[in-house]
Amino acid sequence: MTPPPTQPVPAPADAPQATVPRLATDALTAWYGTSSGVRDVTLAFRENTVTALIGPSGCGKSTLLRSLNRMHELVPGTRVTGRVLLDGYDIYEPGINPIQVRRRIGMVFQRPTPFPTMSIAENVAAGLAVGPRLSRADRAGIVEQALKRAALWDEVKDRLRESPLNLSGGQQQRLCVARTVAPEPEVILLDEPTASLDPSGAAHIEELVQELKREFTVVIVTHNLQQAGRVSDLTAFFYLGELVEVGPTTRIFTAPLKPQTEAYITGRFG
Amino acid sequence: MRGRTARRLVGSAMTGVTYGAAALAILPLAAILGMLILKGAGSVDWNFFTKSAVPVGEPGGGFAHAIVGTLIIVGLACAVGVPIGVATGIFLAEFGGGRFGFTIRFVADVLNGVPSIVIGIFAWTWLVKPMGHFSALAGGCALAVILVPILARTTEEMVRLVPNSLREAALALGYPRWRTSLQVVARTAGAGIVTGCLVAVARVAGETAPLLFTALGNEFFSTRLLGPMAALPLQVYVYAVGPYDEWHRQAWAGALVLIVLVLALSLVARAVVRAKRQHA
Amino acid sequence: MTDIPATVLEPEAGPQPTAEERWRALKTVSPGDVVYRTVLTVFALLLPLVLVTIALELGVNAWPAVSKFGFGFLTHSTWDPVRGEFGALPLIVGTLYSSLVALVIAVPLALACAIFLTEFAPRWLRAPVATLIELLAAVPSVIYGLWGIFVLIPLLRDHFWPVARHALSWLPIFSGVFYGPSVLAGGVILSIMVLPYIAAVSREVLLAVPPSQREAGLALGATRWETVWTVILPYGRAGIIGAVILGLGRALGETMAVTMVIGNRHEVSASLLQPGYTIAAAIANEFSEAVSDMHLSALFLVGAVLFLITIVVNAVARVLVWRVARGSAVGSTAI
Repeated sequence: MTPPPTQPVPAPADAPQATVPRLATDALTAWYGTSSGVRDVTLAFRENTVTALIGPSGCGKSTLLRSLNRMHELVPGTRVTGRVLLDGYDIYEPGINPIQVRRRIGMVFQRPTPFPTMSIAENVAAGLAVGPRLSRADRAGIVEQALKRAALWDEVKDRLRESPLNLSGGQQQRLCVARTVAPEPEVILLDEPTASLDPSGAAHIEELVQELKREFTVVIVTHNLQQAGRVSDLTAFFYLGELVEVGPTTRIFTAPLKPQTEAYITGRFG
Repeated sequence: MRGRTARRLVGSAMTGVTYGAAALAILPLAAILGMLILKGAGSVDWNFFTKSAVPVGEPGGGFAHAIVGTLIIVGLACAVGVPIGVATGIFLAEFGGGRFGFTIRFVADVLNGVPSIVIGIFAWTWLVKPMGHFSALAGGCALAVILVPILARTTEEMVRLVPNSLREAALALGYPRWRTSLQVVARTAGAGIVTGCLVAVARVAGETAPLLFTALGNEFFSTRLLGPMAALPLQVYVYAVGPYDEWHRQAWAGALVLIVLVLALSLVARAVVRAKRQHA
Repeated sequence: MTDIPATVLEPEAGPQPTAEERWRALKTVSPGDVVYRTVLTVFALLLPLVLVTIALELGVNAWPAVSKFGFGFLTHSTWDPVRGEFGALPLIVGTLYSSLVALVIAVPLALACAIFLTEFAPRWLRAPVATLIELLAAVPSVIYGLWGIFVLIPLLRDHFWPVARHALSWLPIFSGVFYGPSVLAGGVILSIMVLPYIAAVSREVLLAVPPSQREAGLALGATRWETVWTVILPYGRAGIIGAVILGLGRALGETMAVTMVIGNRHEVSASLLQPGYTIAAAIANEFSEAVSDMHLSALFLVGAVLFLITIVVNAVARVLVWRVARGSAVGSTAI
């Protein structure tokens, strides 16, 4: 018996219930011109859960991730069909401002992207600048909190005014995590966050992902299967732009239902 | 089929020729700089910077009026041209992908090739003729027209050097495009944009032709924006083609000051650009 | 179903906005982006506006001269402001002639420099030499003029010509008595001025030649020079022609240095040793002292001719250079 990969997604008219996933896709297809990067994906991302998106490169996992906070459409010639539901409501509905969406769904990228002209503290506070006005003390408090959540506070508390470019790659990436959590989004998307880091930097980020789970809905794209196994609760496997299979990470890695999944996790391709 | 030795020989000879050509190309620079120092350095003294022109035959006199005039006129050119040039450059880098951007880029390059004397005519018809008199303002505007396309293209190049990942990081934080562009992208390109300004200023500070019938020149010290004003290159020109030895002596001195100004700006700008390009 | 761990959403204390309210809050507009793009576009539009305005201004103000002299304006050589007769042939010939002389001298040198800088020079020498050559482009025109009057002209008159006369004076282009200010002096000054442009753009073009081309030539057993001559130069030909045309554009419109050394006489002469005149120089000398409206209009008309020529020349050059070094700002600045 093959269970359906996800629960049926409630229509927006439904009153939000306790069972409504924080974020979900409904028949989502992301297009590059006339070709689709990822096709017809229906998938739910639950609160306090880490969902890993895995698959060989070019399988569409990053495209899917970028569709979740409307970053995909920034590339000219791209578009998205289907729905992405935040608390059950479609964020692709006409009139929805993608800028507002991105404030509720934060993102961390493959390479650390600290803003080079800003200090460490200014970087963390960067996302707050577009939100409601804050007093200086409030902002300092949020910066400290965010750096603590990103497990970076002890390392940088004495050099908040320095340039972030003096930090190591792993520290820079944790700074980017702090910058993402500071404005209190609900969902955090991580796009291969350890791909450019050394093993110790990567280990730090993985620990951090486990921490983030307590407060956020976390989606992580990774090409590192061990990493997916270590950090995620759910794993979704993509192949050639399609969602092949999704389920609890342990089950996906021990008893995959689809032959492609098995081939991938046993290292036969990708 | 020619022999191997013959081919080698031709190769070596042509290599030698290119060395010679490079040496020959640099020779005028050395000759000009040498001559400027030889003939000009002796006349660059305290009076030169503090006194204005005096009637022929009187001793003393200097270039103070022309130096101040150049600073004012170039300042005006920057006030008018820098916002336009920088904005156009950012536009080309951020939104210039389509046909419209291509057109603007093409026009900028073509405008950059329009002879500066023609730009002078343009400023004359638009400012001097309607106002009824020559003015520093008209001169500044003429220089601005020359400055804008240069600045637009260097700004574009500098903004393009900013990695796209920074742009995406800002957008992912919920920055609107304009804040992304100004607070993250343009700010990151800031040093490069300033450099572009230096390059453009170096280029227009030495321009004479567009000032001939806009700022006109002035033998007296003047800071009136709506009246004729002296400028360093104009004064050098007038003195160079004039009949008096004393004028020629001063022309060399003025030229020395002008070239030090221009080359210093260019060299600083080049150093910054080099560093930027290697960094990116 | 059991694949999905059930998550319990704790209802939070206090009157929290519902999911729908929070969703509605996403429906905002950001006018800033529209305003920003519009403002930038308006600034960018100023460039074509200026270009078109220049063209219109020249056209309108030149019209009296066009309607009075017609096509004959380009073929007559009388320029008499007092009697109101204007023919621009000497100006046009002088402009083209001096630019031609400049190119004849500058192109081989500039190309050799570009080849030197990309192929033959030791690495440590490339950047400094390139910088020095490009600094030549930063020297203000008026300084070239000054140097031309007091150094180049005496040099040509007192040292070059007395020696070269015996070998060259049988040529029509070297006939007559040489006093100094001349098309030759103008052409030599121009050649020094356009050389850095041609060299810089050619260098960029040669740098854009893929290394595979170079390696292919060397792999076939060609010497480095043969590779340059048979592979690299042909590959970059369009761009190099573009560079030369760009230099031509500079030479045609150059004003001050030429004005100071060319002699400024409204005469057509085949001899390089005779004084000549260029369009830019005539405008520089006569514009603010035009004696009549028709004189002014005639100057506008030659200005329009110069504008037209340089526009065409630059457009062609840009297209050629862009084809090689796609879209980059090659040669549009002096750096």
